[in-house]
Amino acid sequence: MENKYLFNYLLQLGDNSLILGHRLSEWCGHGPILEVDMALTNIALDLFGQARNYFQYAAQVENKGRTEDDLAMLRDVREFKNVLLVEQPNEDFAYTILRQFFFDAFHFSFLQELQHSNDEQLSAIAQKSLKEVTYHLKYSSDWVIRLGDGTEISHEKIQNAVNDLWMYMGELCEENETDKEMTSLGIGVDLNDIQGTVTQKIKEILQEATLNIPESTWNQSGGKNGKHTEHLGFILSELQWMQRTYPNMKW
Amino acid sequence: MNIDHQHIYDLLEQVPDPEVPALSIMDLGIVRNVELKNNTAEITITPTYTGCPAMDMIEVNIKAVLQENGIESNIKSVLSPPWTTDWLTEKGKQKLKEFGIAPPVAKTFDKLSLSQEERLVQCPICESSNTKMISQFGSTACKSLFKCNNCLEPFDYFKCH
Ligand SMILES: [Zn+2]
Repeated sequence: MENKYLFNYLLQLGDNSLILGHRLSEWCGHGPILEVDMALTNIALDLFGQARNYFQYAAQVENKGRTEDDLAMLRDVREFKNVLLVEQPNEDFAYTILRQFFFDAFHFSFLQELQHSNDEQLSAIAQKSLKEVTYHLKYSSDWVIRLGDGTEISHEKIQNAVNDLWMYMGELCEENETDKEMTSLGIGVDLNDIQGTVTQKIKEILQEATLNIPESTWNQSGGKNGKHTEHLGFILSELQWMQRTYPNMKW
Repeated sequence: MNIDHQHIYDLLEQVPDPEVPALSIMDLGIVRNVELKNNTAEITITPTYTGCPAMDMIEVNIKAVLQENGIESNIKSVLSPPWTTDWLTEKGKQKLKEFGIAPPVAKTFDKLSLSQEERLVQCPICESSNTKMISQFGSTACKSLFKCNNCLEPFDYFKCH
């Protein structure tokens, strides 16, 4: 039983990285300036690397002969366990940066705790990933401040993103059955413990960016349990197209 | 055939980092251990960045160089302890500079020093410290993009990690 929970936990973490990485990779060749293009794709690359680590481990835990590639390329929408935030479309640059910032703020605190997991492999992945995510958080924070405290247009665009994406924030620190089981075994992160730090970080940066924090407390969740927004299906049809059309093809 | 540790380390010195070929994988500090078991070299390496596409190529290159010298090898990749730029050798830092890439300034990665770090980077061309970061993310995962306010040249900086 424990293995089933650990397997699902690894998918939750791996799917967050894979799907957000895919979203960022959509900017490749389309960034507003070359430096931004390179930064977003570099962050995507880090996230894909992290996803690989989680999926390799998940494949080993499941022990049914599936590989990391099978897990990424041959699962259906309802089997994906990423949070809804990461599958939201890029829209514009402000939107992409804000989505990234919300996730980075969570991801950073999460990995800091996951380093102390009593599962050796998870702890190793967390230590490694945290170094990369430190740079991600710095990057997205800087841009949120720059856009929010920038021109009238940049302020308006990123404020719209804050208002739209706010309802996906709650899910980041919302526990499901898998989280609870993993926390009780000392493997996973107690999301209640990091919620305060995450919220604090987000409020601090939004304030510095002169952005309004929405009053709404309505949260939309479901992703971690396989219930997604309509966007994920479109992502998967692009992401998985090659393996579905030409099964077992190798690069 | 008589093989020893030193011989293998010497051969590994010949394996370049595919992205910064001025550096060998020994300079980079990613070789964590070499063991000999029944004439097979067991080599443990650690990735620089989790998504670094050069890692697969490095494994292939290590195997190839050793095989050319009649040594079979197994390569194992470990994540912990995570690689840090502190493991770059002094020789490696010198080579980076000669290659036109500013070597990492701070010892030990410290998230609090991310912004201080920027102020200490020296231009690899004219050695001025009057430099400015253009982008935290450069041409590869391990580099940031800088420009020199003194000689006006842009340059790569091998960032602390
Ligand atoms: Zn200069």
